[in-house]
Formats: sequence, C-alpha cells, structure tokens
Amino acid sequence: MDKDPNNILEEVTQGEYKYGFYTDIEMDQAPRGLSEDTIRFISAKKNEPEWLLQFRLDAYRKWLGMTEPSWAHLHHPPIDYQDIIYYAAPKKKKELESLDEVDPELIATFNKLGISLEEQKRLSGVAVDAVIDSVSVKTTFSETLEKQGIIFCSFSEAVQKVPDLVKQYLGSVVPSDDNYFAALNSAVFSDGSFCYIPKGVRCPIELSTYFRINAANTGQFERTLIIGDENSYVSYMEGCTAPMRDENQLHAAIVEIIALKEAEVKYSTVQNWYPGNKKGEGGIYNFVTKRGICKGNNSKISWTQVETGSAITWKYPSVVLMGDNSVGEFYSVAVTNNYQQADTGSKMIHLGKNTRSTIVSKGISAGYSSNSYRGLVKMTKRAENSRNFSQCDSLLLGDKCGAHTFPYIKTENRTSIVEHEATTSKISDDQLFYCNQRGISTESAIGLIVNGYAREVLKQLPMEFAVEAQKLLSISLEGSVG
Amino acid sequence: MLSIKNLRVSINNKEILKGVNLEVRPGEVHAIMGPNGTGKSTLASVISGREIFTVDEGEILYKGKNLLDMPVEDRASEGIFLGFQYPVEIPGVSITNFMRTAVNEQRKYHGLDPMPANEFLAKMEEKKKMLEIHAKLANRSVNEGFSGGEKKKNEIFQMAMLEPSLAILDETDSGLDIDALKIVASGVNKLRRPDNAFVVITHYQRLLEYIVPDIVHVLFDGRIVRSGGKELAIELEEKGYEWIKAELV
Repeated sequence: MDKDPNNILEEVTQGEYKYGFYTDIEMDQAPRGLSEDTIRFISAKKNEPEWLLQFRLDAYRKWLGMTEPSWAHLHHPPIDYQDIIYYAAPKKKKELESLDEVDPELIATFNKLGISLEEQKRLSGVAVDAVIDSVSVKTTFSETLEKQGIIFCSFSEAVQKVPDLVKQYLGSVVPSDDNYFAALNSAVFSDGSFCYIPKGVRCPIELSTYFRINAANTGQFERTLIIGDENSYVSYMEGCTAPMRDENQLHAAIVEIIALKEAEVKYSTVQNWYPGNKKGEGGIYNFVTKRGICKGNNSKISWTQVETGSAITWKYPSVVLMGDNSVGEFYSVAVTNNYQQADTGSKMIHLGKNTRSTIVSKGISAGYSSNSYRGLVKMTKRAENSRNFSQCDSLLLGDKCGAHTFPYIKTENRTSIVEHEATTSKISDDQLFYCNQRGISTESAIGLIVNGYAREVLKQLPMEFAVEAQKLLSISLEGSVG
Repeated sequence: MLSIKNLRVSINNKEILKGVNLEVRPGEVHAIMGPNGTGKSTLASVISGREIFTVDEGEILYKGKNLLDMPVEDRASEGIFLGFQYPVEIPGVSITNFMRTAVNEQRKYHGLDPMPANEFLAKMEEKKKMLEIHAKLANRSVNEGFSGGEKKKNEIFQMAMLEPSLAILDETDSGLDIDALKIVASGVNKLRRPDNAFVVITHYQRLLEYIVPDIVHVLFDGRIVRSGGKELAIELEEKGYEWIKAELV
C-alpha cells in the first residue's frame, strides 16, 4: 500500500484549507464579540421588524443569566464567546478555473461518494459553466411549489414575506430560554430555512433536491422552521454528504417542526462536518437543538439522522406528542472515529392519549472516540395507552473507543408501555476472515458490515440520500481497523 | 496447481501439522479424511491464509506462486475458495450485496471493471437455478437465521458465483441431512471442470458416495499417513480409523 489509509480522511478533510476561505470586505462584518449592539447590528443588517429584534434581545438577556451545560459526556476546552464574529456577509470561496486546480484527494472523496461532476465543481468552488443552469432549475422547482401554495425559502426571506407565520411559530417549540445554546442561537441566528406546507397539500418533491442546488451559506447559527398544516405531508432533507468544512468552530443550530392535525413531517439529516484531525485537533463543535411538536391529533414527525462529522456532537432530536394518536420516530446512526465525541439521542414526550414513539439508535465507535446515547421517554399522566419502543445498539471497532447508553424513562400513568433494548457488539475476526476469503479487502469488509448493521436506519432515508450515506459510512471509518 | 511441501504449522507453540505433503492437479478431486483433531481444518485454514496459525516450515505453491506471502483476499482472488465448516452471520448484509462486493473486488484485483448489474443478476439467477436454491435466499442477510443445511447450500452457491480454480470444502457434510447432502454434492459435481480442482475434507465416507474422489488421503496426527484411490475411503469406513492407528504403531 502506498499510503497509510489512516491519513486519507485527514488529508481529504484538511485539503480545502489549502485554498482558504476569505472574507473580501471587512465592512460587512460585525465587530468581534457579543453584546446588545452586535444583536442590533445583525437585526438591522437583515432589515428585521421590531418584534424580531426584541425576540433576539430577550433571548440574549436570558442567555446572560445561564451557564453552559456540563452534564453531557463530552470534554472540550472552554469556548470564548467574545472571540466569535457573530455576523459576516456570506463568505466567498476563492473561485477556481477548473477542477484541475482542486486538491486531487478531495476529488477522490467526491468520486467515492458518487457526486456528479457539476456538483463537485460547485462544492469545491469552481465556477460552474452554463451546462447546468442552476438558476433555471431553481425556478422550475419554485414554480412547482408555488402552485401548491408551499412556501420554501431562506429564513430571512420568510421574515420579509410571511412575517405573521414566522411570528406565530418562532420559538413555539424551542423557547428561547430552552437551553444555553438555544438561547444563544435565538439571540444571534444568522439564517436558515423556512418551510410551510398548506392544508391538505402533499409536497410533491423531496425538499432536498432543491436544497442541495441552493445550499446557501447559512452560517454557524442556523435556524430552521418547518410547519406542516392540517393533513399535509413533506419530506425534508438537511445537509450534504460531501465533506463540509467551515472555519467557524462553534455551531449552535435550532430546528423547529410543527405538525398540525393529521400532518406528517419527515426530516432527514446527513451531517459530515469537519471532525478534526487524527490527533483530535480542530473540528466543529456542534450543539444543536432539534425539536418537533405533533400538535394536532393523528400527526406524525419522524427524524432520521446519519452523523459522521463534527469533533463534538451534542444533539437530541425530540418529539412532543401533544395530539392524541400522534406518532414520533427517531432513527439514528452516529459514527465516531479518531478523537470525535458524540452525545446524541432523542426525547419523546408523550402528552396525548394513544401516542406512539420509536427510537432506533445505532452508534459506531472507532479509534479513540466516545459515542454516547442519551434519551428520555416520558409518559405523562394524560398519555394513556401510549407506547414507546427504544433500541440502542453500539458497535465497537478496536479496543480504544467507548460507547455509553444513558436512557431515562419516566412514566406517570399505568396504561402505557415502554420498552428498551440495548446491545453492544464488535466486528469479529471471524467475520473479517470470512469476507477476506471471498476476496473482499478488510476495508471494504468493514464498510459492508457497518452498513449492514445500520441498515434499519439507512432504509428510512430517501433513496438518493441513502446511497450516499452508505458510502459516507465506509469512508468515515477508513483505516479504523488493521 | 497446488503443491504443499513439508508443511509444519503450530498454534500457541503446539505443533498441529507435522510435515504435510500434497499435490493437487487441475481436474482432480481430493478427499482428506481422518479422525477429529488431526489437523484437517487447520490445513484448510492455512491454505486460505488464516493468521492465527504459525507456519514453522515448508512451502505452499499455488499456480507457481508462493501462497504464504499473499494476504487472504489476494489468495481468494487468485481462485482459492474455502467452504466454511461454520459460516459466520453478517447481519443486515444481503447475500446479493455480499456477492456483488466479492465478485467486483475479485474483478478489481484482476484489473477488470465491476460487472454490470444486469449481468450480475442474470448470473445469480443462473446459479440459483443450477443449485436448486430458493429465490428468497438471496435477499436474506448472509447466514443470519439460516439452518445448518441452508448455510452449507449458501457456501456452495457462493462457490458457484465466484468460480474458483481450487475449492476447499471443510466438513461441508457435517450437520446435513441426506437430502441437503445430495443437493450440496450435486452442486459440486455440476461445478467440476477439467481446469478446476476440489479438496473435500470430511470425517465420514458418506459424502464421498456422492462426490467421487480421485485420490483419498488419510490425515493422522499432523501427517498424511496414507493415500490411495476411492477404495481407501471404503476400506476406512469398514475398518475404522483404529485400523490406521494400529498399523502405525
């Protein structure tokens, strides 16, 4: 072998830095640090209405009185919140003439992921020629959506276009003082996505297709709001399987989902942010609050996530099951390698009668990483005849990594049923030898076994996403054994 | 095709093979018999490259190449197939996916492009039909929840898909009822060609009624103590291994 496979991922993930990010105009940037002035600056830049400024300031004042949570199974040096630039105009990458100028290792990763040539160009900052006219594609999608009354735009755009909807639902699922990072986001959020599906409308496309084409630079404090009106359906996909890098170390996003009567919202994420190098240096700290509320009867919210990135992941996509007969689901694959740390899981809060929830969590740990599942299932007094099934599996590669499970169960009535199953397993030498004997290299064998292990979750992903996610899992674990 | 000379193998400093010699030519079927614990499975493992064993002495040449220098997956791509005595389960990985990966990794080793999907699926169908394998088997996870017979049939199916030049079947008959045994044996017979060879490891003569060997070897206490035609198997069955033991003393 001409190259230590351990280095490939590291090199690939660092590759883009060679070409650098740079901010061309200093004036379009808030002064470093956080104060009420910073928040007024952000709000003014975005031409926001007074109520939104007040929402931000209120959150900021609450944040000042809060302390960073320390209960998670995570370790990182203290974050200096005054050393962050909270607003900068969308950063431009240096535009390259052709793919020939892009780091070949990065191209290799793109090819492994099966990303099309045009998209490779876009992702690596090469000027896209007129062969694919993304503007016209965008227009086509927008027209399709508009015809049905679907609103799908950036958060800032929504504030201008449909302020009443934003005002009605912003902070209604994740209050601005919900937790330390939620308060921070509420004060300084940069941009994100807004989606509204009207009554009785079934969104005809996966909103990802659109999203990927328009993947905007949403910054480090992303804010997403999705509203499924009565009897509507939408499948929404966040993120991208390509290696995503950002010089902002701290990310604190909020996603709020509201499902009204008989509505169904399916939210899928594939997250592949820079995990830091092999020694655990650098990498994104990702503190995310994702929560949905099944507000109406017979509504359903489903979270599916594949997490391979970030140095630190702190994330518990949750569902509040308020309407009777409502359904909440959480399917997760979290991979940690090298020195990555993940503390992730889900909360299912059963308020309505006959509500049902499912949690399937598959943790895969390699290298020196630490992977924790943390979940809460709560059956309140009113939530009669409700059910939860939780399954938390851990797969260990090597003997230097750790897997932990912290399930919390609270039941306040006698008719609900809560089930919890947990397993821990390793890839056995017998499995590897069996694969090797069929001509399959150890690296491919690990990819195969890991994908098999995660299949239950991967099959929840929309088709095109699932194929990329499978490849991503293999790449993330390259060099983790042998 | 396969030439083993004075092979000495140990595990944890305990010598198991004490100088094995074996020549296998294309088109031949060899049977290796012997009581339990005499090193039959060890021999199969060492040929296929299992790392838990230490080769202390001797050489294994395969098509003129030194096999002991090759990693397990390269040996497989060079055409060596091991039918496992205890096939492992790989949850969540369908047989189709497993086989496609194996076929394409072997093609890659030989500098070929992956097999087109339609060609691959047609090949799967053909081999399933040939071996009378239930269509559903291909969608199940590798060996997961399989009965003993299904596992062994699956090994033969994989052999058919990979078309090895040397197949070593390690106690393929163990745990099989007579019907399963017949299906497995007929699969092997259908795959026999002038340019490939089989080494069938078995404890009982029963399998050899269905797969007729050209040469029978008796492995005892780490050495091949006797070789002969198919009559040797019958003689062994009649007189038992005690006969060999007695002769050696």
